[in-house]
Amino acid sequence: MNAIRDVLRNNARQYGMVIALAIIVILFQILTGGLLLRPLNITNLIMQNSYVLILAIGVMLVIVTGHIDLSVGSVVAFVGAVSAIMLTGWGLPMPVVVPLALVLGALIGAWQGFWIAYVRIPAFIVTLAGMLVFRGATMVVLGGESIGPLPESLRALASGFVPDIGDTGVHVPTMVLAVAAAAVLVWLRWRTRARNLRYELPVASPATTAAASAATALVVLVFAYALAVYNGIPVVGLLLIVLIVGYSFVMNSTTTGRHIYAVGGSEKAAMLSGVKTKRTTFWVFVNMGVLSALAGLVFTARLNAATPRAGTMFELDAIAAAFIGGASASGGVGTVIGAVVGALVMGVMNNGMSLIGLGVDWQQLIKGLVLLAAVAFDIYNKKRVGSGRAHAASTPAPDPAPAPPGDAGDRAASGAGAGRPGG
Amino acid sequence: MDDVILRMRGIGKEFPGVRALDGVDLRVARGEIHALMGENGAGKSTLMKVLSGVYPHGSYSGEILVDGEPARFSGVRDSERAGIAIIHQELALIPQLSIAENIFLGNERTRGRGVVDWGRTAGEARALLRRVGLDEDPTLPVASLSVGRQQLVEIAKALSKEVRLLILDEPTSALNEAESDNLLELLRELRGQGITAILISHKLGEVTRVADTITVLRDGRCVETLAMADGGVDEDRIIRGMVGRDLDHRYPERVPDIGEVRFEVRDWTVDHPTQVGRRVVDGVGLTVRRGEIVGLAGLMGAGRTEFAMSLFGRSYGRYVSGTVRKDGADLRVRDVGDAIAGGIAYVPEDRKELGLILDDDIRRNLTLAGLRRVSGRGVIDSAREAVAAEEMRGRMRVKSRDVFQATGDLSGGNQQKVVLGKWMFTEPDLLILDEPTRGIDVGAKYEIYLIVQRLAAQGASVLLISSELPELLGMCDRIYAMCEGRITGELPRAQAGQEPLMKLMTRTRA
Repeated sequence: MNAIRDVLRNNARQYGMVIALAIIVILFQILTGGLLLRPLNITNLIMQNSYVLILAIGVMLVIVTGHIDLSVGSVVAFVGAVSAIMLTGWGLPMPVVVPLALVLGALIGAWQGFWIAYVRIPAFIVTLAGMLVFRGATMVVLGGESIGPLPESLRALASGFVPDIGDTGVHVPTMVLAVAAAAVLVWLRWRTRARNLRYELPVASPATTAAASAATALVVLVFAYALAVYNGIPVVGLLLIVLIVGYSFVMNSTTTGRHIYAVGGSEKAAMLSGVKTKRTTFWVFVNMGVLSALAGLVFTARLNAATPRAGTMFELDAIAAAFIGGASASGGVGTVIGAVVGALVMGVMNNGMSLIGLGVDWQQLIKGLVLLAAVAFDIYNKKRVGSGRAHAASTPAPDPAPAPPGDAGDRAASGAGAGRPGG
Repeated sequence: MDDVILRMRGIGKEFPGVRALDGVDLRVARGEIHALMGENGAGKSTLMKVLSGVYPHGSYSGEILVDGEPARFSGVRDSERAGIAIIHQELALIPQLSIAENIFLGNERTRGRGVVDWGRTAGEARALLRRVGLDEDPTLPVASLSVGRQQLVEIAKALSKEVRLLILDEPTSALNEAESDNLLELLRELRGQGITAILISHKLGEVTRVADTITVLRDGRCVETLAMADGGVDEDRIIRGMVGRDLDHRYPERVPDIGEVRFEVRDWTVDHPTQVGRRVVDGVGLTVRRGEIVGLAGLMGAGRTEFAMSLFGRSYGRYVSGTVRKDGADLRVRDVGDAIAGGIAYVPEDRKELGLILDDDIRRNLTLAGLRRVSGRGVIDSAREAVAAEEMRGRMRVKSRDVFQATGDLSGGNQQKVVLGKWMFTEPDLLILDEPTRGIDVGAKYEIYLIVQRLAAQGASVLLISSELPELLGMCDRIYAMCEGRITGELPRAQAGQEPLMKLMTRTRA
């Protein structure tokens, strides 16, 4: 028990978000009389929120570098519109359209990244301009009308499922994938432990590690089973898993990720440490463009049409998700998992409130308050953790050297101390 | 001397897990300059925050008596009303506002109902500026003043609040010698006008010069109070009190082992980044040998930092001309990446802004410039990184719980050791140090000197920029002097002294 308490205390911020999500899920599960966690609805939740999740990952990176992107909704609409024209108007096949759409997104990102990183115009202004420019461009290419329906090949991206094998009532590939994923997660946990042991770093006891492994595996398998008794894992769900795993890895374990955090933490210090700050910022925006394009494809596919108003307010949903997920507005802090949890909090609330028949007016009002509450809680928590650093941060050394009293305490008490979750 | 303006009795202050102050007594006589000394983290700043109400009554133990009356400040405004003003290390001026607006900020001269009386504002501001000896137009924005002059504006601001007890936290740490002298002279003048001052400083020289009484703090306790009038109080005596041991040598002994020329800079010329045609560094040429510690002396604005940063991958200004040669071959340093690859490291003057990412932990800061050493194909080996960081933390003797503590929570000396460690981690051939011991206590200074000397002993070249001449004379084998962007002279250790150096540093162009 002690071990679990330690783990919880040491990662208060990260677990805080997950616990908040769990509470919201349980709340709506009760309010909707069990509708929320029905297999059909879980599948819907994933599909409904897929594009916001994709955008939230990109926006999180942008926010970590200390910038903002207001144009993603318009870029979603524009790429969706151009893709629809390529598919229906020009009759290009899917395997050609998808890469072209992503390249278009990259070019848009490069355009905005150029002004932000090299000309040093504030991102707020560049992407505000982008918001207008690409919304206008969408209307121009669509001629003010919608294009639809779209070929089945594209729609599979948003509403398709991984094909089943046999006829067992349970989706076999989903369960196979889940078992494999659980095995990999457990293996990674033990491998990290073994490696830390080799370097004589502090590790959790074998019992704790085993318990944590079992819990992880259980969560993965239960979730997969819920999907498997319906239609199995959606194509877009698979895509999301790849993105989440990939981006988490890049941000946590690569020099590229470290450079992105460093640029957001202190651009000057990063530059003087040999980080190519301009290039880093530029590529973060290129990446945002590509992810916007991907979200554009998914959203257009889901809607089965390209419309001039598509993607309106998406940027705000994605930004809200990133902040609910613990990103810092001043840059340097934020995690991919945080953004995903933040997007899920928004998504579950949307879904749950719709299920209990709450109007859009009330939904907006409540979501706004939740955003404010989440960030307020985060800041409060940061202060608390900051002043109690001696207890809260990472692994307490067995023999803590007496911290320098004056300065350490002063900073912490004035709330200037700030931590990044995990790391 | 029994007219006591301030008594602090048995002051204790705790932060979670740390006892910052433990039964501190302080007694300040009216009209004296009272110096508060101690290593970084000894509790000086905390004590002054208790006094000025930053930590309100109830958050500390013990009592404060002002003019013999118990004082219970619940905020800075309360202490200001009692005539106590504190001037922090980081100046609290708003750069875009004018001098007069800053002086009366939060205390505006109005015609009633919130309408500012600009005539009175300017008039009174001018009178206050005269009192602090600052001859400037009060309508100028503060940003246009040098740091030294901004400090005087801060003092004028305190005077506008009818201050009786002025607290200065490291007021001269960012000032050059002339500005420091000016400030200390002003303190003496104010003393003549009946204003008591508490001076927190690391600079022994200035303390022994102006202080009437010295209180030494160590580890949150009051060690001793020395009256200068009693005699026998010199710098060594104070150091003994601060560190609790005799410090025979402030600079470690070293037998230099100097080899052939390693780095050679020729005709290095740089223009100001925004003001076209303003030459900041003008044809600088110098050499640094293997195992040699070379000093770069100069007054504020001589262009030393600008030269160093420009050399370090053109991180300052507009490059005009100049070449760097390493071991006789041309070295391309078009950006910081090139510089690091070429074995150059630069420890910047402003460690908080330029040296560290304060939100990040020690480990991430230590490895940032040398990530390649703990990663393969762009993937960081986190365990190897933690071990390497821990090893460097031990080598630098950073006082912290572990490498996962945020650098923003460390004291100045420890922060500087982290910055130094970050560059030691890259195993540089040329280490450029820019004011490496500014605002750092005596003990940490000594440790930093040892680290630098050890690096030189291993064959690296060191270029040391410092405004403290004794530091240059104590550490360097050879010293260049700069003035107005040019090298004005070069002295070997044997011939260098404060006076010849100062002559070179002030040798302006006709």
